[in-house]
Amino acid sequence: MSETPIAKPHVLVIGAGHAGGALVGQLRQFGFAGRITLVGDEPHTPYHRPPLSKAWLKGETTTEKLALKPGSFYEEQHIGLRLGERVQAIEPDAHRVRFDDGTTLDYDWLVLATGARARQLPIPGVGHSNVLSLRNLADAERLRNALKVDRKVVIIGGGYIGLECAATARALGAEVTVVEHAPRLLARVASASIATFLQSEHEAQGVQFRLNTGIDAIEGEHAATAVRLSDGTRLPCDLVILGVGAEPAAELALAAGLACDDGVTVDADCRSSHPDIFAIGDMAKRPIPIYGRPIRLESVPGAGEQARRVAAVLCGREPSAPEVPWFWSDQYDLKLQIVGLIDTDATSVVRGDPASRSFAVFHVKDTRVVCVEAINSPPAFMAGKKLAASGKPVTPSELADSSADLKTIAA
Amino acid sequence: MARITFIESNGTTHTADINDGTSLMEGATGHNVPGIDADCGGAMTCGTCLVHIDPAWVERTGTRCEHEQQMLEFAGRDGDNARLSCQIIVDATLDGLVVRLPEAQI
Repeated sequence: MSETPIAKPHVLVIGAGHAGGALVGQLRQFGFAGRITLVGDEPHTPYHRPPLSKAWLKGETTTEKLALKPGSFYEEQHIGLRLGERVQAIEPDAHRVRFDDGTTLDYDWLVLATGARARQLPIPGVGHSNVLSLRNLADAERLRNALKVDRKVVIIGGGYIGLECAATARALGAEVTVVEHAPRLLARVASASIATFLQSEHEAQGVQFRLNTGIDAIEGEHAATAVRLSDGTRLPCDLVILGVGAEPAAELALAAGLACDDGVTVDADCRSSHPDIFAIGDMAKRPIPIYGRPIRLESVPGAGEQARRVAAVLCGREPSAPEVPWFWSDQYDLKLQIVGLIDTDATSVVRGDPASRSFAVFHVKDTRVVCVEAINSPPAFMAGKKLAASGKPVTPSELADSSADLKTIAA
Repeated sequence: MARITFIESNGTTHTADINDGTSLMEGATGHNVPGIDADCGGAMTCGTCLVHIDPAWVERTGTRCEHEQQMLEFAGRDGDNARLSCQIIVDATLDGLVVRLPEAQI
């Protein structure tokens, strides 16, 4: 008698980041009884990455505390770990992957969760040893060793990573200049009101900004000693942080012939163009119902939601309703919570007074809340989450009226 | 160390021994207790680690800070001794604590 293969299916997850880590736990929660293997190229079990630019970098939390699950978890849950290993190729028709060392592993279902990697800039000097990006713990360790009191730090890129690093670097006593090629901060991901507010907060903390400015070169023999800007200015530095976005780590998928377009193209269930291969997390481009188009999210909540979705599909469960994407960032004592994506066609209104350091920007399109950016304002975020999901008709003026009860509006 | 019982909305119970100084959320996710997603890892941002404290234990688990209060209130989920479990730090005085999990997180 031979075992029926489908009775004990093997789920192989490539990528031990937030998405992969969440998926393997969720599969067991849903009662998946087959074999699970989690492969990651870092030596660590899955860990929380958001603190790497914040609490961890400041030394306020330990590496141990970053772990998504305790070390004993994987053995207890019968989840096979292959850490510090790299898959070299996927053979979709054979349901098999090939590792760097030539060995192979068969699967029934494959889930790709290899995330995204920091974008590099095509400028001279970008390879110097003190030009750092921040995606993983090894990057963060290098950064922490380099960030000291009075060090001159140039941060290239005024996005979330750049601004979070700026706040942390200031807290550690470094001198910080942020260079951004767009005319304002957070140009792709936040409204002008929020960008202006955050810029003034950072300036009050001593951060200098060079907006609308490109980079010509990073100077120095082996290590960066200065950053030369497109306007000719030379900024002396001890350290350069590159925060110019990320690109999906989709090479394996591309080489395997899966449909890709800025990430692996997947359906609502996160299934790729091959029926037994899924993709989740920062590398997946998936249709988002309320926006009616596929979007690649770089977000921890997105990774969690996609992991839950795939776990439900593989366990034959009814999946939960799709979530509206959301994000958060902490800078100084400011907690920024965002639900939805910025839509330039929407009408924006500010609720509350930015001078109070607790306010929100609501974005309304055709009577529907499509995005809320809340600064130190959990009520606006929670109400916005409800409104964006329910689609309850609202008017911008009632949202802007701070005396109107938000709970009633969202109810 | 405290032994804590989590009761799912369908009645299934899970018991976990949780170390002092660990949050209730970390204890639950570390033991793969279903229904606690904790997407933000304890940054008090997501509201996906909501639990309902057994009435007998409400005093010992402490009170909500303003941020937590607002999150729960504006999500319409502040009834039945609801707490964000990332905000409850375990110690021996919580040995025997019973919490109930909601049918769905915020």
